[in-house]
Amino acid sequence: MYHKTTGYRIFSIFNTVMLLGLSLLCIVPLLHVLAVSFSSKSAADANIVGLWPVHFSLEAYKKTIDNPVFLHSIWVSVKRTVLGSVLTLLLAFLAAYPLSKETSIFKSRNIYSWIFVFTMVFSGGLVPFYIVIQKLHLINSFWVLVLPGAVNVYLTILLMNFFRGIPKELEEAAFIDGAGHFRTLFSIFLPVSLPAIATLTLFSVVFHWNSWFDGLLYLNNSKSFPLATFLQTVIVQKDMSSMSIDPKEVALLSQKTVNAAQIFIGALPVLVVYPFLQKYFVKGLVVGAVKE
Amino acid sequence: MNHFKRNWPLHVMILPSLLFLIIFNYLPMAGIVMAFQNFKPWLGLAHSEWVGLENFRTLFERQDSVEVIWNTLIISALKIVLNLVAPFTFALFLNEVRKAFFKRFVQTLVYLPHFLSWVILGGILLDVLSTDGGFLNQILSSWFGIEPIFFLGDNNWFRFTVIVSDVWKEFGFGTIVFLAALSNVNPSLYEAAEVDGASRWKQTIHITLPSMLPIAVVVGTLALGNILNAGFDQIFNLYNPLVYQKGDIIDTFVYRTAILNGEMGLGAAIGLFKSIISMVLIIISYRLAYKLANYRIF
Repeated sequence: MYHKTTGYRIFSIFNTVMLLGLSLLCIVPLLHVLAVSFSSKSAADANIVGLWPVHFSLEAYKKTIDNPVFLHSIWVSVKRTVLGSVLTLLLAFLAAYPLSKETSIFKSRNIYSWIFVFTMVFSGGLVPFYIVIQKLHLINSFWVLVLPGAVNVYLTILLMNFFRGIPKELEEAAFIDGAGHFRTLFSIFLPVSLPAIATLTLFSVVFHWNSWFDGLLYLNNSKSFPLATFLQTVIVQKDMSSMSIDPKEVALLSQKTVNAAQIFIGALPVLVVYPFLQKYFVKGLVVGAVKE
Repeated sequence: MNHFKRNWPLHVMILPSLLFLIIFNYLPMAGIVMAFQNFKPWLGLAHSEWVGLENFRTLFERQDSVEVIWNTLIISALKIVLNLVAPFTFALFLNEVRKAFFKRFVQTLVYLPHFLSWVILGGILLDVLSTDGGFLNQILSSWFGIEPIFFLGDNNWFRFTVIVSDVWKEFGFGTIVFLAALSNVNPSLYEAAEVDGASRWKQTIHITLPSMLPIAVVVGTLALGNILNAGFDQIFNLYNPLVYQKGDIIDTFVYRTAILNGEMGLGAAIGLFKSIISMVLIIISYRLAYKLANYRIF
């Protein structure tokens, strides 16, 4: 038994310490930001905050919540996340069913799947895409955040692979009872695939919440930005003009703590859904990726 | 079975997705003719001046665009290699952990950064890596006495910072496929090796590594299709004009040339160049993955 040898025991201790160190390394930056967000302005400015708040203060969060632009950006993000995820999932659910059929049953299946897969392989690029968005009058419209990415080919393929794993007997029984394709999809496939749909929903939610570039590219008014785009311009581009805090207040309050608070609020929904996501994504990914 | 012949509902189901794909994916593909025009938005596709391959000549003659292609290749090649090696190694070490709760604890923490966007992480890194009292520089100076390093503003450090922070974000998530492969190894192989008196090290070399090789080949070859994607989200949120020389990549360059400077034709040409190379590489890599490891996506 190798477990009992001295060499392996020493290795085990070393291994545990190393893994623990690397795991902590993954969350240390986030903990630091959290600590800064709860610290006082003076402590943050003096750079004495490590991983624990110094002179605990909620001032940064108060300022953040008082900013109407920030609040509105949260609302835009929630709207795009809900509408975008519902639309994406509905489209994927409907398309995955015909794509999961054998060619012997659904002849056009191969043509359709090529049309889907080709979009993963080739794209027109950013510039023609921008022109199309312009021609569709979607610039400065909320719907530019929802419609262009509505079909997610990757999620559709994951769902298709899941559908293929559903025993054929189930649908055959439904057909014999006289159910059509729609009936079969909604009363047989839907209940069976709820866990898979839940997983894909979480993926879609995280994707929408994190999306920032479309807002930056297609929306000109910072007042209609989703949260991720707002954070990008305020924190990363340090564009102070879109902040509605007046200069005197900025001087009073360390920008560092406010930035930290905003970053943390931006990350919070992902942190909240993460445990649920984690329960499923390993299975989902493996089902989709490693198929014999 | 007569029911199977009545397939019109299947077409109806796929129709909505199809319409979206046509509008938002195939219509822009038609727009690539812009790459051969001196495109002006107010003239449109029909009336813009036709310039043939002029945009492509500009692309290969301008010093900055050639630099950008090299930057892209270097950054993404290093990312591909390290994002294969790091998760592979980490999975091997994690596989030696026998306490299930500790294993799950480690997994929970290391998968997390993958789900945070580069806007969030960019905001955090700008603060943590700053020379003006940034967390990391403080630790470096107080523990090791190192002068503050300008990680995001120094051409000698920028690529390093980009690659390390990308590996930091993705190595955990990358272990998933390898851990799945490890859990599929037939336990009787280890039992037999045990009976023969093989040490854990010998078992790793002769059983674990060979059984992980196919999936490593798949991950590696499939990554080839991404050689021209050096990570727009990351670079865009970390870079600044000081480090364009070593850190500017194709996607950020296209954004600045086409959207900010209005050189639409040139932007479209670079985009087309990138799309075609990527397509060829993706097709080759999928063929390779199929040949080498019998991997199929469909």
